Order: sequence, then structure tokens, then C-alpha cells
Amino acid sequence: MGQAIEVDHVWKYYGDYPALRDCTLGIAEGSCCALLGRNGAGKTTLLRILAGLSHFQRGNIRLFGTAPRASETRRRTGFLGHGIGVYEDLSARENLVFFARIADVPSVSQTADGWLKRVGLDRVAAMPVRQFSRGMRQRLALARAFLHEPNVLLLDEPFTSLDDRAIAMLSQLLIESRERGATIVLSTHQLREAMAIASHVALIENGKLRYSGERTQDMLDDPTLLYRLHTELGAA
Amino acid sequence: MKPLYQAFSVARKDLAVEFRTKESLNAAAAFSVAILLLFSFAFDPFSDTIHELAGGLLWLTFAFAGALVFNRGFSRELPNECLDTLLASPLEPSSLLIGKAIGVFFLLLIVEVISLCVFGIFYGMRWWLHPGELALTCGLTTWGIAIVGSVFGALTVNLRLRELMLPVIIYPLLIPLLIGAIETTNTLLIEQPFTGYEWLWAKVLLVFDIVFTSLAVALAETILVN
Repeated sequence: MGQAIEVDHVWKYYGDYPALRDCTLGIAEGSCCALLGRNGAGKTTLLRILAGLSHFQRGNIRLFGTAPRASETRRRTGFLGHGIGVYEDLSARENLVFFARIADVPSVSQTADGWLKRVGLDRVAAMPVRQFSRGMRQRLALARAFLHEPNVLLLDEPFTSLDDRAIAMLSQLLIESRERGATIVLSTHQLREAMAIASHVALIENGKLRYSGERTQDMLDDPTLLYRLHTELGAA
Repeated sequence: MKPLYQAFSVARKDLAVEFRTKESLNAAAAFSVAILLLFSFAFDPFSDTIHELAGGLLWLTFAFAGALVFNRGFSRELPNECLDTLLASPLEPSSLLIGKAIGVFFLLLIVEVISLCVFGIFYGMRWWLHPGELALTCGLTTWGIAIVGSVFGALTVNLRLRELMLPVIIYPLLIPLLIGAIETTNTLLIEQPFTGYEWLWAKVLLVFDIVFTSLAVALAETILVN
């Protein structure tokens, strides 16, 4: 399998502060890479750059050989950021129908209804999102991100505010996406869930990539092992 | 056709949200009606001089009411980071801008129809005698206001003082458009059809629309992402 995502010596500054420092990372097609790191390490910055929402000052990034902002790349990418990216005044179904339309999904209504069922929101499909609980919103956001069956999924802390059932549902969705060949990059603080799903792990500290490689059985047995071995805080 | 389909999907979504909340529509319609009502007391609405002022009165009212509509256009995308979601999606940035402008265009047209009805009653003017020319003037001018409002709405969406900044930036740019609209509307309000002079202004309105729509499409990526 070739590389789906290539991050080549990328530097990103916020003013004078380097949020990413000489970051080089390759993510193979069909793999699931868990981006780990403490708050402010640079995980969200990297995901936003990959999604084409943020510019970088130096280096190069390619998703399937094209730039992050290229139309072709955006058609192949599903992004879930910190915000859920759905409209409060529209119903769950109206939200999914809208996003299906702009993604040029065939049979819009059927796709929207199918996803509402998959994420367990079919019974509240006509209800405005304003009235949803946090977990329901997050499930709708997941349906929105997966709707057009993207080849690359960029998920920023997708487990946040999900209950056990929803975490199991998300894990299943991620496994199914990998089975159909999708490449997944997710940032998370939930180490146990991340290690269970990920095939690869990347650890970022202060904008620098400290480790990147395959997820090993040791990491699965002890999810904090990576932090202890590869970060300054862990070493101390 | 796909970018146009995407643009209409954005407009459809914006109109659905607006008809549900009526946030800007109610405010803009109430503002227009109140201004027209107040001016009917300030001037004698049945004097001859009102015909010279009527076009200006109408279009300034519509332009100021427009600010209430296009201010909401992009700020509606801020909660839940919807703007980021749209920019990371397969939606073309130009389709997003044009879709926003289409939404604003239809909302402003509704405000204009309501205001014209009120205007006919309070000022005794028969504005409907040349419907083709009136529709052309309203359509071209409203699209000009909508596209400029949407472009600068996108540019100022992350500014804290955007409600103040947006009209300050936009109105100087709208001067040629509003002059054209006022000149053509004045003729229609004295119940005369267009002559060569008014057709010339109609062409100015058309050129304004073409220039700003082309700029919006060409610079959409820079405006929205950079």
C-alpha cells in the first residue's frame, strides 16, 4: 500500500510561536493513525492543516498526491473538528440532507435516512438539533463526517462526550471504514480506545513529532507506555 | 452545473433556517416599514417634490435594511464551527459565496415587496404600472447589494465589530449601484417608461453585478480560506 498522507518537514507558526516544528509523518493507505499528545501539543493544528483549514509556513503536505485544499482532496476527506459542524435550527435529517447535497452523494434522502438509523437518531430525525443532548449531537456530527464515505477521515477528539454505547458505535464505524480501505487520522486523549482501534501511533510534544510507528501489543497492554518512553514529562 | 447546484443547496438551507427563526427578515421588514412610515410624516406624501425623493428614499431604506440581512449571512455559520465544516467539505468556496448571496437576494426581495406595498399606501404612488422595468431594476440592484454584502460579510465574519464594520465598508462601494437604482426608480414612480437615459443606468447596474459576481467567484478561495 502507498502513502495516503505525506507530511514533509512542516512548520506552522502562530505569530512567533512554532505550533509545529519540522513535522514529518507518512500515513499508509488504509491505516488508522492515532495522534497523541498533551493539550496544546499541536494535534489539532496538524489535523486542521490536513483538512485544508489552516496554512503552514514551510514544508509540504500531500493527501493522495494532491494538496489539502484541492477540490479532489476535499471530496475524498471527511473532517470532524472540535465543533460539531451542524445547524441548530435544522432537524437532524435536514442537516444530513444538506451535507449530502453539497457532497454530491447519490440518492440523498436514502443516504441521510440510512445514516440516521446507523447512529441511532432515526426516531428523532425531525427534531431540531437545538433540542439534542451533547451525545446525540456528537453522533449526528459523526454521521455528517462519514456520510459521503470519504477515503480519508480526519477526526479531532471524536470520543469526547460519547457514552459507552456511542463509543462502541464509533469504534464499529471506524473499523468498517478501514475495511473499505479508508485512511483514518484521529487525535484523542482516550488512550485505551485509541490503542484498540489504531494500527499506527504518532506522538506529538510541543509541536515536535516524538514518535511515529506501528501500534505494538505493549502499547495496547499499557496505553501510557508511549508517554513514559518518549516525552520529557513522562521521562521526568 | 455542480457548483450551481451546491450554491442553490446553500441558499435553500439559509432560507430554511431564516424562515424558521425569522431573525433578520422580521428586523429588516420592520425597519423598512418604520422608516417609510416616519418619512410619510416628515414630508407631505402627496406633494410633487416627493416624486423627486421617492427613489432615493426607497433604495436607501432597502440598502440599510439589507445590512440587517447580510450581517447574519456568514455569522450564522459561526456556531458549532459550521464555516470550517463547509470549507473542509467538497463544497466549492465560490458556491458558498454565491449561495449566500442568493439567500440574501430572496430575503431582500421579500422586504422590498412588503415595503413597496406600504409605500403605495402611504405615498399614494402607483409603482406597479411598468412591472417589467421595476422587476429589472429591483432584481439587478438587489443582486448587487446581495453579492457585495456576502463578499464583505465573509471578509468580516471573524471581526468582533463586524456589525459596525460591514456597513462602513459596503456603502461607499454601493454608491454607483444605488445612484443607478434611484435614477431608474424615480422615472418609474412618475409613471413613465424607461428612455435611453434609464436604460443606460440599467446597463450600469448590470455591469456592476457582473464585475462583482466575477470577482466573488474568482477570489472566493482567498476570501474564505486565506
